[in-house]
Amino acid sequence: MRRISALAATLTVSAIPGVASAADVIQGGAKQATNWTAIAMFACFVIATLFITKWAASKTKSASDFYTAGGGITGFQNGLAIAGDYMSAASFLGISAAVMTTGYDGLIYSIGFLVGWPILTFLMAERLRNLGKFTFADVAAFRFAQAPVRIFAASGTLVVVAFYLIAQMVGAGSLIELLFGLDYWIAVVIVGALMMIYVLFGGMTATTWVQIIKACLLLGGASFMAFMVMWKYGFSPEALFADAVRIKADIAAGDGATPQEAAAAGQSIMGPGTFIKDPISAISFGMALMFGTAGLPHILMRFFTVPSAKEARKSVMWATTWIGYFYLLTFIIGFGAITFVLTNPEFLSADGALVGGNNMAAVHLAKAVGGNVFLGFISAVAFATILAVVAGLTLSGASAVSHDLYATVIKKGHPEPGSELRVSRITTICLGVVAVVLGIAFKNQNIAFMVSLAFAVAASANFPVLFMSVLWKDCTTKGAVVGGFLGLISSVVLTILSPSVWEATLGYPAGSAPFPYTSPALFSMALAFLGIWIVSKMDNSQRARIDRDGFLAQQVRSETGIGASAASSH
Amino acid sequence: MDKSLAERIAANPDYQLLKSRRSRFGWILTIAMLIVYYGYIMLIAFDKELLAHRIGDGVTTWGIPIGFGVIIFTILITGVYVRRANSEFDALSDRVRKEVLK
Repeated sequence: MRRISALAATLTVSAIPGVASAADVIQGGAKQATNWTAIAMFACFVIATLFITKWAASKTKSASDFYTAGGGITGFQNGLAIAGDYMSAASFLGISAAVMTTGYDGLIYSIGFLVGWPILTFLMAERLRNLGKFTFADVAAFRFAQAPVRIFAASGTLVVVAFYLIAQMVGAGSLIELLFGLDYWIAVVIVGALMMIYVLFGGMTATTWVQIIKACLLLGGASFMAFMVMWKYGFSPEALFADAVRIKADIAAGDGATPQEAAAAGQSIMGPGTFIKDPISAISFGMALMFGTAGLPHILMRFFTVPSAKEARKSVMWATTWIGYFYLLTFIIGFGAITFVLTNPEFLSADGALVGGNNMAAVHLAKAVGGNVFLGFISAVAFATILAVVAGLTLSGASAVSHDLYATVIKKGHPEPGSELRVSRITTICLGVVAVVLGIAFKNQNIAFMVSLAFAVAASANFPVLFMSVLWKDCTTKGAVVGGFLGLISSVVLTILSPSVWEATLGYPAGSAPFPYTSPALFSMALAFLGIWIVSKMDNSQRARIDRDGFLAQQVRSETGIGASAASSH
Repeated sequence: MDKSLAERIAANPDYQLLKSRRSRFGWILTIAMLIVYYGYIMLIAFDKELLAHRIGDGVTTWGIPIGFGVIIFTILITGVYVRRANSEFDALSDRVRKEVLK
């Protein structure tokens, strides 16, 4: 009896507000016994990546090497690295947990993360590559007054990076406490220290290769798990689904549900549940995910690491393929967790909940299909995943400070030789320390909203400014800055007023949130675009004339790549 | 890039062809993607029953092929664009480059 009510409780919790709360963040559970196999495998990963960092350090001499690996990454490699940036531990463990608890809703959630990629490809990727050099601000500020637009872009970057980073650090602490049996703060310090070493010495080259290795390990491990699950069912999806439905029905029946109710509860995992409540939340959340993808600074930065627009397109093609494949795998893994894990008392505590919490679904499944060694492997991969994502985020935050704020705004584009690189390294250290401190400070806080907030800000601030500056002739400096800040501020404020912060984090009573929807993107994006449009239209300043005059040259270069950054002629 | 070069490129017929073809193609595919994704979301918002409806006698619902279909569609449509851009558009772009920079 108790077992089922606990399960039912987790079901409702993860379904409201949206599966988001389950999938975004790994929440802590009980600390586990020290897992030596996992630690040994992770140590192998760390040693390998440190050698890569040493090799990368010998190649990292100029600012261009540091920010973009000298533009020498191929499309295929970059595609894997982008996929690696995107497949965080939260999405691997969170989405498979969401599929295990809610079934089909987990699929709806993961699809939202995929559909932004084509949009990014069709409208932005090659134009970004043709216009930019190191950061997305290079593109956004191309024909505008540098200082104001760079200050805006750096703010947008740092806000997105900060929220994303805190979510990853807190996730790292909780997850590693669970998987490795290490103390929370030790885990956070290890992540912070290793990430600083990668970025400081190896810059983008090391960060990219760490990301590529991790992506291969993660895709390999997830493929193996999905293969073993399908193997058991003779590669028949229907057989897997039927077994999962039967098990869910049995669990419901054990709770005292009538046979009819139990059957309905079982079958409910095969269709949409409570994830999409009202159409406005659904559209708004979808917009945050779709357009946020095209505004994430650490993703956009990756387009400058390839030598040409052709390679930039190949990167998104590969990235989309791997990410799509990965979400198909997590769906199978989630169903596998129902049939392998929820039926095995080894993985269930006395009250019927999963040992260590629902986010352990994929980890327990690893043990069920591959024994202790594979469990150690998947745990090590999860740790490596956090590490790699954190390194990419830090690098993009550091370049916003050193390239956009220091070199362009403070030094007016003429920093002393070597000083830009020095500033980015100092910033890396500061960001690392801040991330560790915040990671520890936010322990046990409900931070489920942070990743969705990062996407909402990216969609409402970075994306509109990039989009309008590249595609709309009449956009001006003033319009871009005013509209961009409107989007930035409104997305943050509306998120604070929404149920996921107002009620879940700040603790006000349910239903009291002033902004009732899951995501602010529908409103904050509209506000940003409107702001850019109205202010640009009304802008008759001297600067506005220069801005509009500059459009033709910008457009020609964005379409043809003629005159594009020297990173290409490496 | 100085302004006269930009104007020369902008006046080049191959450039205009490149610009209009790519922008048309990009927007058509963008709209297709928006329709597929938001169509899917609206289907869930307004008619959950349809996706929860079983195919035949098994437990598999229409939601499964439709959901997987959205994922496959996303990958394919990206491939369609990249394929055309990396052949036709890049060839046009190279021609423009040769014509104006000779």
